[in-house]
Amino acid sequence: MNDQAWIEAALTAARPRAVAALMRYFRDLDLAEEAFQDACLKALQSWPSKGPPRDPASWLIFVGRNAGVDGLRRRSRQTELPDEDRLSDLDDVETPAAERLDAADYRDDVLRLLFTCCHPDLPATQQVALALRIVSGVPTARIARAFLVSEAAMEQRITRAKARIAQAGLPFETPSAVDRIERLGPVAAMIYLVFNEGYTAPPQQGERAGFAEEAIRLGRLLLRLFPGEPEIMGLVALMLLQHARGPARFDAQGAVILLEHQDRSLWDRKLIQEGLALLDKALRHVRPGPYQAQAAIAALHARARSFDETDWNGIERLYASLEVMEPSPVVTLNRAVAVMKTRGPEAALEMIGPLADKLDGYFYLHGLTGALLKQLGRHDEARTAFDRAIALANTPAEAAHIRDQIDSLAAGQQAAPAT
Amino acid sequence: MLYAVLCYDREDVVGAWTPEEDAAVMERLFTVQEKLAADGRIGPVARLLPTTAATTIRKGKEALVLDGPFAETKEQLLGFYLIECENLEAAVETAKDLARASGSAGSYELRPVDFFKDWGALPDATA
Repeated sequence: MNDQAWIEAALTAARPRAVAALMRYFRDLDLAEEAFQDACLKALQSWPSKGPPRDPASWLIFVGRNAGVDGLRRRSRQTELPDEDRLSDLDDVETPAAERLDAADYRDDVLRLLFTCCHPDLPATQQVALALRIVSGVPTARIARAFLVSEAAMEQRITRAKARIAQAGLPFETPSAVDRIERLGPVAAMIYLVFNEGYTAPPQQGERAGFAEEAIRLGRLLLRLFPGEPEIMGLVALMLLQHARGPARFDAQGAVILLEHQDRSLWDRKLIQEGLALLDKALRHVRPGPYQAQAAIAALHARARSFDETDWNGIERLYASLEVMEPSPVVTLNRAVAVMKTRGPEAALEMIGPLADKLDGYFYLHGLTGALLKQLGRHDEARTAFDRAIALANTPAEAAHIRDQIDSLAAGQQAAPAT
Repeated sequence: MLYAVLCYDREDVVGAWTPEEDAAVMERLFTVQEKLAADGRIGPVARLLPTTAATTIRKGKEALVLDGPFAETKEQLLGFYLIECENLEAAVETAKDLARASGSAGSYELRPVDFFKDWGALPDATA
């Protein structure tokens, strides 16, 4: 690995901690980002000749802080006297960097930075954009391409989101133990949103596919700061187990390959092993939660050597417990898929019957209804459901899949009339 | 003398490598290992999963099970080699070969091995 690659990896890795510490210091997100940028430029100048520092993050914080203070002084000379309140602990500017580097110090800073990005006033897509931009340092242009908007539009969105956060006031007091736990929930949800932006995108959309890896990095970062939280272990395990299937989930044209038809030899064993190890650790705590349940479901799929060998009873039980923890028609729908395997299409159809109203506009409900009716030989009703599904398909690949179902319906009808 | 070469590095930095960079590093390290194997000087080699997957057991009257690695340090133990070297100087040279191949920061700790028995019971494995 050359210097350039190592420096880039070090800057990427240091970014969340460095920006988070600078944000606490300057009490301002923009100033913190500017200071970090300055520090990165200085690192690019000095590291290749002097060699990398032992702790890149603390080097960047120290240099960034000085650069930021200089910048503030310059600006204040042009406008007004510096406002002492703008800076916190100004007197420790000269404190040797080495003194303030414990993981424990970073914990509240990084959590604050992550928590800032998932302010409840911000819509989900803005939370994702903000986290990718500020915490991961993904260039605005790349985020814009991923969300299919112009760079200027994305820039404006991020600026607006930051203004909203600034208005709301950042929580700079040291959080209590209860605050910390309360903040973990929304932060975990935001990381999972970032993951899903990447997970749903075919590899051809390279911009977004990388977001899944960003989310896993953020998850690991959070887990290093909170090593004993089973739900965070569950979240990271869930992301690893889902991401492991990545290489098998799309065909060369970018069309979705269903779990049933995936080539399991393409699944990433390394990610699966890490996911299973984390889930194992989480379950020892006997403090179940939705991420652990979802990770456990993903683990049963990962462990099955073939689709037919899947432990559908286990999956149904897990969905049933997820239904209790987080009741949602979508969870019930997923449970029905497992029920179809364990107790047959009739039982599954009965289970999704009550969902018709809530999920009427949902592609998967009609797709599954059609498949169940088809299995029961109720072909005319199946066709109606499939037609409805096609109308609701989110992608051409989904529509194509349903069209295949309809074709096989027609073929099946000719070959063997329903009895 | 048999040496354990303990590989320490910042796992957040290593975790920020692209999959291509990671694969290239492993490939170059493998070349060094092949040379040592040809000389009959290398034993087991292991790369460890991230410390987030680690569990620590504190010994005591009642053993205590803790999540995470043994120590919160800036650099983490990411893997190890067992190599046979005539003396420390030779071990240092080998570690330098590995360092050049990896091209990353971090460090290798050389620990002379006190007791070693290879049961030969485990097949090669990736994670």
